[in-house]
Amino acid sequence: MDFSNFLWMRDELTLLAVILILFLYDVFGTEKSRRFFSATACTLLAVQTALLFLPALAGEAFGGMYRTSPAVNTVKIVLNAGTLLVLIQATAWIRRADMVIRRGEFYILTLMTLLGMYLMISSGNFLLFFIGLETASLPLTALIAIEKYHHDSYESAAKYVFIALFSSSLMLMGLSFIYGAVGTLYFSDIAARLTGTPLLYVGLVFFMAGMGFKISIVPFHLWTADVYQGAPTSITAYLSVISKGAAAAALMLILFKVFAPVAVVWQPVLWGLIVVTITVGNLFAVRQKNLKRFMAFSSISQAGYILLGVIAGSATGMASLIYYVLVYIFSNLAVFGVISVIENATGKVGMDDYNGLYRTNPKLSVAMMLALFSLAGIPPFAGFFSKFFIFYAAVQEGFYVLVFIALLNTIISLYYYLLVVKAMFIRQDDCLIPAVQSDGASRFCIALCVAGIVLIGLLSCIYTAISGVSFGM
Amino acid sequence: MEYSLIILLLPMLLFFVLGIGGHKMSHRTAGLLGTGGLFVITALSYAVAAQYFTQPRVESIYPTLIPFHIEWLRFTEWLHIDLGILLDPISVMMLVVISTVSCMVHLYSLGYMHGETGFQRYYAFLSLFTFSMLGLVVATNIFQMYIFWELVGVSSYLLIGFYYTKPAAVSASKKAFIVTRFADLGFLLGILLLSYYTKTFDFAVLTSGEVSLAATTAGKTFLGISVASWAMALVFMGGAGKSAMFPLHIWLPDAMEGPTPVSALIHAATMVVAGVYLVARLFPIYVTTPEVLTMITVIGAVTALYAAVVACVQTDIKRVLAFSTISQIAFMMVALGVTTEMQGHGALGYMASMFHLFTHAMFKALLFLGAGAIIHSVHSNEMSAMGGLRKYMPITHITFLIACLAISGIPPFSGFFSKDEILAAAFEKSAFWGIWLSLVAGLTAFYMFRLYYNIFWGEEAHHEHTPHEAPKTMTIPLMFLAAVTCVAGFIPFGHFVTAGGCSYDIHLDWTVASVSIVIALAAIALATWLYMRPNDKPARMADSMRRLHTWAYHRFYLDEVYMFVTHKIIFRRICEPIAWFDRHVVDATMNLMAALTQSASYRIRTLQSGRLQAYATVFLLGALFIAFVLLCVW
Repeated sequence: MDFSNFLWMRDELTLLAVILILFLYDVFGTEKSRRFFSATACTLLAVQTALLFLPALAGEAFGGMYRTSPAVNTVKIVLNAGTLLVLIQATAWIRRADMVIRRGEFYILTLMTLLGMYLMISSGNFLLFFIGLETASLPLTALIAIEKYHHDSYESAAKYVFIALFSSSLMLMGLSFIYGAVGTLYFSDIAARLTGTPLLYVGLVFFMAGMGFKISIVPFHLWTADVYQGAPTSITAYLSVISKGAAAAALMLILFKVFAPVAVVWQPVLWGLIVVTITVGNLFAVRQKNLKRFMAFSSISQAGYILLGVIAGSATGMASLIYYVLVYIFSNLAVFGVISVIENATGKVGMDDYNGLYRTNPKLSVAMMLALFSLAGIPPFAGFFSKFFIFYAAVQEGFYVLVFIALLNTIISLYYYLLVVKAMFIRQDDCLIPAVQSDGASRFCIALCVAGIVLIGLLSCIYTAISGVSFGM
Repeated sequence: MEYSLIILLLPMLLFFVLGIGGHKMSHRTAGLLGTGGLFVITALSYAVAAQYFTQPRVESIYPTLIPFHIEWLRFTEWLHIDLGILLDPISVMMLVVISTVSCMVHLYSLGYMHGETGFQRYYAFLSLFTFSMLGLVVATNIFQMYIFWELVGVSSYLLIGFYYTKPAAVSASKKAFIVTRFADLGFLLGILLLSYYTKTFDFAVLTSGEVSLAATTAGKTFLGISVASWAMALVFMGGAGKSAMFPLHIWLPDAMEGPTPVSALIHAATMVVAGVYLVARLFPIYVTTPEVLTMITVIGAVTALYAAVVACVQTDIKRVLAFSTISQIAFMMVALGVTTEMQGHGALGYMASMFHLFTHAMFKALLFLGAGAIIHSVHSNEMSAMGGLRKYMPITHITFLIACLAISGIPPFSGFFSKDEILAAAFEKSAFWGIWLSLVAGLTAFYMFRLYYNIFWGEEAHHEHTPHEAPKTMTIPLMFLAAVTCVAGFIPFGHFVTAGGCSYDIHLDWTVASVSIVIALAAIALATWLYMRPNDKPARMADSMRRLHTWAYHRFYLDEVYMFVTHKIIFRRICEPIAWFDRHVVDATMNLMAALTQSASYRIRTLQSGRLQAYATVFLLGALFIAFVLLCVW
């Protein structure tokens, strides 16, 4: 066997090395030495992220089973950055007395899912892809249930694992249909031999349904709100940005490079899915009183916007999707950062609890406001630019009606995002949340996110760099 | 002459320092900082002027210098907006005028604004204005000029509305801003037309004859008028707005609500001549569109006469001066309008116009500052509250008299020389305009001396406290400007600023000069007979021409016409239907959307039941439904 093939997988291998080091540290480290566990985990991941900035490879290994390209590499960088932010943010939570014994599991399982996502987006074969998908899904169940003496936590985990298995089985069925129709599972071969048969179409739909679960597209989204609400906030944050972003990128890559010849089939399907996803997500978000549920529906409608980059099916679409995910990570993590700081200090997550937050916690409120503005797409924050680019990509391909509907929906989304801002700044309450002293890690993370929100849009070089690698698949 | 950049940067710096940190300073510090800064700027401007005009001429012309230049916004190969400093005879002359008057006004304001609330804000705005005005005159391209053009508009707006608790000041500032902005719409369109056809914003390129607007627009017409004429007429519209030409003059009399030193600086000496400067700056192009020059002549002549007539019957001394300013600027415009060529005899008007701009800035600033001293002393703008002040305010009296003689065109004061050149240029073009302007000059002498006698002679009004001479900070600028007014006429102006750039010896045309002196003296005699001693002759005269008097007093009801057009026609017929549409169609659509969202959101809430079985069912049915639809379609 030619071991040099493994060199292509250097990103996966370095991440695996990080996981193994942490595993050994957790098992063999003394109680005293494990005080530095969080710091070590974050540092190692940061180092691994830095390694991703090495000149990207482009090519395939193991007979086409594994493929990589600068675009894939960029997606990995984005995911790593997001994961790093989540890990930093979780520091205070994982140090809590009842959580500290599960510290090792938290970091190792999280990084394990990240490894799964790497495989998802770098795979050149549906089998490896499926393994990646499951590697990314199953540890998440354990993560959601990590507060196992907490009723909400394990209820969510049960719901999640059930729907995950359900969607996986549906997807497997779809993949077998595709295999039946084309006779191969290698991406490049499928693309070459593709012919439009009903069997293939059904297979494609089932595959998209399976991905729809990960990205939480309507109507495969129903688990989202319940799981987001019940899971620990850091895990919710991870689910809402990294897991979703990786799945969206994977869907994009596969639709682009495998199913491009039948774009006329999946584009209308995606068209309908985007419309219902954005609209239903928004309509539910309007009514939510619990901020974590609120963010769940917000993330559903954001998923719809992300898919606009997929449907465009162009280099611009790809670049704008990656850019959108990057901005979305920063904006959403800022919101979750504030939510988790408040939740850790007071246990409150209701929107009404946030009434008058500005009076007691002005910095947190401003950070939250900027993040919500970015999510709503208000200039000059990054969210405006990401929405602009993704709409631009869709318009370029002629999806005028779709973009119009999406624009109408941004008005609705602005309404509910402003509800939170209104609660914090305008509404008054007798029992205000007291001034919260957040820990350094959370503060650092929120500050990073806010800096990202303000700067990513203004630094045009970021978008230029992303668009430079697009379509280099 | 790289230090000319400091002339521009220093007032900007002062604006930021005074604007941001001003409220922490004492009045004294802020005032001294602003005034000191202006003295430095003035010294630098004089240095630039001295260095510029002593350099050797190239082919008997002072070369155009660009000591500083950056490309600021680049759109295409030829379309880019630059920022820079352009020094040529007229911009250097303007530097001197602006810095001198601004410096005097800064000094004067130390006394005039003493103890006012917002004293620091006042100085910050003055710095902003000085910066904008200097930037306007040294602009290297028409777009930079437009930027600073708007900035002077803003600073004028801020300063007119300085007493923002006074409703009259607030509405006057709005009026000034809106009217000039309206005119600037024409300016912008003109800039776009001009630059579209010449492919450049640059003054150096535009005026050097490298590109010819007439050639690039040859054969193109709109509504029977050539495009070149449209472009230049639209550019002139901007100038007419800023320079208060009829019928866009309505804002200037109201602008007198601002503090008097501001009126002296902005609404007499500098900003209001920006329109004249604009036409002079683009004159090589204007000369190729004679029909636009004729239009400028007609508008200028009508404005000059109209404003002079109105000035004869106003009773508010600042309004008299305001209309006098309008009339004098119109003189400059006419002088440009009657210029027919860049060299030779036909080019006299250009030089005359610039000369008058220079002398007028000095003596009109002097008049306003004198009026400020009077208002400061009697606490009223009305002539009826004055009279006999010569005994109490000797310095103000003498300097005011000098300015009145200058504006009336009595030798040897500066106004005589410049006005004589304008009249000569007008006669050069045609006797009609010459006689017209001579008559207006006579009216000028009449209303100025009516003003003078009503203030310093005539019946003494009852004063609450005895009027007193103004403090030193106010009288020094008066004396300085009076001295300038006495000697400025002897400056060999034709050596410095001419249309073609070649040196030109000013020689008085004694026929024109003697006629104008005789007319002026006759008008002064009439004013003396009517107003020097208290009597009932003015009242009887007003009675005998009751209708004309009333109409002139109400400025020929032009403001009412504007009110009618805006309120009754534009607001009622155009704006109200639009407002209705906005309320009942646009807002209603939004409300409908909101209601639909809320109700849809309420209806679909059961989908999210929390039951896992339901979730799985929806999941499966959704996938099957899509597959089914797809199979049916394909």
